[in-house]
This record gives sequence, C-alpha cells and structure tokens, in this order.
Amino acid sequence: MSRVPPADRPIVQVLDVHKAFGEAEVLKGISFDVRRGEVVCIIGPSGSGKSTLIRCINALVPVTSGTIRVDGIEVVDPKIDKLALRRKVGMVFQQYNLFPHKTALENVMMAPIHVLGQDKREVEVRARALLAKVRLAGKEAAYPGEMSGGQQQRVAIARSLAMRPEVMLFDEVTAALDPETVKEVLVTIRELAEEGMTCLLVTHEMNFAREVADHVYFTDRGVIVEHGPPETLFSSAVDPRTRRFLSQVL
Amino acid sequence: MTPLPSTAGDLPVLLPFRVSRTRARFTLGPVRAWLLGAWLAGLVLVMPALAQGPDAVLSPLQVILRWAPLLLTGFAFNVAISLVAMLLGTGAGVGLGLALVSEGPILRRVAWGLTQFFRNVPWLVLLFFVMFLVPFQVTVFGLRVPLPDWIKATVGFALPVMANVAEIVRGAVRSVPATQWEAAESLAFTRRQTLFRIILPQCLKRMLPPWMNVYALIAMATVQASIVGVTEMLTLTAQVHAAEGGRPELFAPLYGFALLCFFLYCYPIDRLTARLERRFETA
Repeated sequence: MSRVPPADRPIVQVLDVHKAFGEAEVLKGISFDVRRGEVVCIIGPSGSGKSTLIRCINALVPVTSGTIRVDGIEVVDPKIDKLALRRKVGMVFQQYNLFPHKTALENVMMAPIHVLGQDKREVEVRARALLAKVRLAGKEAAYPGEMSGGQQQRVAIARSLAMRPEVMLFDEVTAALDPETVKEVLVTIRELAEEGMTCLLVTHEMNFAREVADHVYFTDRGVIVEHGPPETLFSSAVDPRTRRFLSQVL
Repeated sequence: MTPLPSTAGDLPVLLPFRVSRTRARFTLGPVRAWLLGAWLAGLVLVMPALAQGPDAVLSPLQVILRWAPLLLTGFAFNVAISLVAMLLGTGAGVGLGLALVSEGPILRRVAWGLTQFFRNVPWLVLLFFVMFLVPFQVTVFGLRVPLPDWIKATVGFALPVMANVAEIVRGAVRSVPATQWEAAESLAFTRRQTLFRIILPQCLKRMLPPWMNVYALIAMATVQASIVGVTEMLTLTAQVHAAEGGRPELFAPLYGFALLCFFLYCYPIDRLTARLERRFETA
C-alpha cells in the first residue's frame, strides 16, 4: 500500500471529553488524537457512545466538559464559528441523508455553491469528477430514491468531499447497507485513505479496520478500554472486555 | 337486538335513535357531480315553474335568469374576497409558520400564541372585531386612504387563514426527518439556507392539499361577510328576493342558486385536493 505517512502534528485532539444526556452519561472522559493523513477506527459494542463522540467533533452535539481541537479551532468554545469548523470536517452518516429532492449531481454541488460561494461551472466540473471517482459516472441525473443504498452512500461521500475537507468522519456508514454493496463503499473509503485523507471512522467492519486503519480504539460504556495499531489490538488484546468483544465479532 | 316494547303513548323522541354504521362507498367524480348539480338545479328551478303555470308573474326560472348576471357578479365578489384573503393569509401564515419553527424561544412563543388564538376562535366573531375595530379610513403620510368594508372583511378572513397556514407550515417542516437538518448542518449550511434550500422544498408538496382545503373553507365562509354589511352574493340574493316582492315560492330557487354556485366552485377543489393527497401518499 502506497500510503502517505501521517504527519506528527495532530489535526484532531480530543481531551477528557464527557457527555451526558440528562442523567445518562454517554462519554466518560475520552481522549485521543488523530494526526494529519491518519486513518483511525473506533470500534465497540452498540451504545458505547461512538456516534455521539464523532458528532461532538463537528459540533453537531455539544459536549458537557472537556476540550476538542480541530486544526486550531476550539470546538467547545461557546463562541465557536461552527460553519468554519464544518468546512474543515466532512461527515458521512449511516442513513446517507442525501437531499431527496435533488439529483446526485445537485447533492454534490449544493454546498460548494451556496456555502463556499464558488463558481457554479467550476463546481460542476469538480462534482462530475467526484462522482466518477466514487464510480458513479452516468448517475449524475439520478435522484436518491432511484439509487441503491451503496450508490447513495457513495454520493454522500462525494458530497462531503466537494467541500474539500481536512478531515472526514464516517459514522457506521456501511451499517445500513446490503452486504453486496458494503464492499463498494469500503473500496471508496480505502482509496480516500490511500490518497492521504485524514479519516475517523466508527465502524463494525473489523476486517476493514484491520487492513486500513493506522490506529484502532476500542470503546465500551463511554470509555476507551484499549487502543493500538490494528495488528496488535486484533491479535493480542489485553483487556478482557476487548477480547470478549473481538471474539464475538471476528 | 331485541326491539324495545313500544306502547301507544311513547313519544318518538324517547325511542332509541339508531344510526346505521355502513357508509356508502359511492363517491362523486367531477363530471357526475356537475350532472347531479345540473339536475338539482333543474329540480329547484323548473319544478315550481311547472307547478305555477304561465301566469302574469315571472316563474322562478325566469326570475333567476333575469337576475343571474347580478347574482353572478356577487359570486365573483365572494371569489375575489376569498382569493385576496388567501393571498394575504398565506403570506402572513408562512411568516408565522417559520416563526413557529424558529430558534428564538420568545419569537416561537409569541407565534404559538397567535396561531392558537386565531385557529380557535369563530371566524364570524373575528370578522366582527375587524369590522368594528379597524377605522373606515387610515391616514398614511397625510394621505387619506379609505378602507371599504369589503377590504376589512378580507382582512378578517385572512386572519384565520394565516393561523391555519402557519400550522400547515409548522407541521410540514416538522415532518422532514431531523437527519436532513444534521446533514445540512454538517455541510456548513446556515439555518436559514437549510430551511429555504433543503427543508421547505421537500415539504411544498405536502403542504399543498391542506392549503387547498383551507381555501375551500374560506371560499364558503365569505358569505358571512353579508352579516357585517358587505354586498356579496348572499346580500344580493336577499335584495333580489325583496325586489321580486318577497314571494315565498322564490325563496328556495334563489338561495338554491347561491348554494349551487358555491357547490360547483368548491366541489372540484375538494376532489382535486383528495387526488393530490392520494398521489403524494403513494409518491
């Protein structure tokens, strides 16, 4: 694999983050870094706060305490410029969340035109190239309802990439897909990773994490139980909770 | 069920009243409705004429034919009032509806209060309030602008339209899944952009049938303007009746003509609304 080696400087820094929804504490002091160009996977049982954690990073969910820094932006600052943050951070969701009244091409073009104010023709050239990159050339005029889950998810990835983000967040992006379309989405993410895109994934695809990730974090009940390079974590986990989880999913 | 024993002295009102639960499956298509309407018209107009014979006085049919241009002008006025009220009410209602889904808690509360108030008071009472509280003329920059009764009545009808449209907008916006907001937010769209470029375009279709429903209701309600002295179809009908000497046998044909006009106007709107509803349900 011809990966660009990750830089030393972290682009995402998460420090002692707590998050409670009312009485329920979902995140109980999470800390980790993602370096530029790195691929980090977060694994763990359902309900361990993974999706909440990833939503905290682009300020979709406010944290209760702790600090998050993304490329110099203090995410937990109450006066934070959320739009500036979200221009740096792309996000892909489990349910794709494409805009159903717009074609694939329009879905990709909307944000650069209306948010970044870029020239429409220039954006269209780039959007067509992005759709070709995610192997959807010819689907430009299709509406989300006319595409398979895997195709919709690849449009969603292209839509995020059109904003030229510094970091991509993936929230269980294959969990809602048919098994036969999971692969096409994973191939797309792998290509992105190989081009040096910084990626943070919450995933249940252990094989994918093992092959593509630089670092894997195992979370359970709001804490990071164990972390390390995938070869170490998957073959010689120390904590019994990690071992039990891995034995169930591998 | 065993029939109740009935004695000769029972008053009918004391007997159990039974409503059959079966509902006819028959629905009227627009063409058949027009035919039915025309048939009813014939019944109402011609039958008394036949009964009466060719005497010196005009038959009801002749009376209607004679006054139809005037009565239809009145009906056109009802339609005009309803259209202007709908226009004003929709404009204000969309604004109020957006305030209902705004992020400002104070604005949201005020909008909620206004919506609830104007949705839950009788239209006729609102009409009285507007008629008697709004002056007959206003002075704008030294210019006297007269406010004729029909304009005031139109405003009176626009108020309940506003509240109902606001509720339609609120419901439609809320019916779009929260994940659409999340996706737009994560692409750095502002709230305003999200609302106008992503959320509202998705619910326009959903808003159309209930909006047309409100229109049909307001069109029928415009006859209430006659109560507050606006000269529209119902007022004219009464005047025509009086002009023809107030003959009792003219009452049914004249008011039947008014009913017919409203029916033939509102029924197609109702059918179209139902058709759009069905189409959007399956879409």
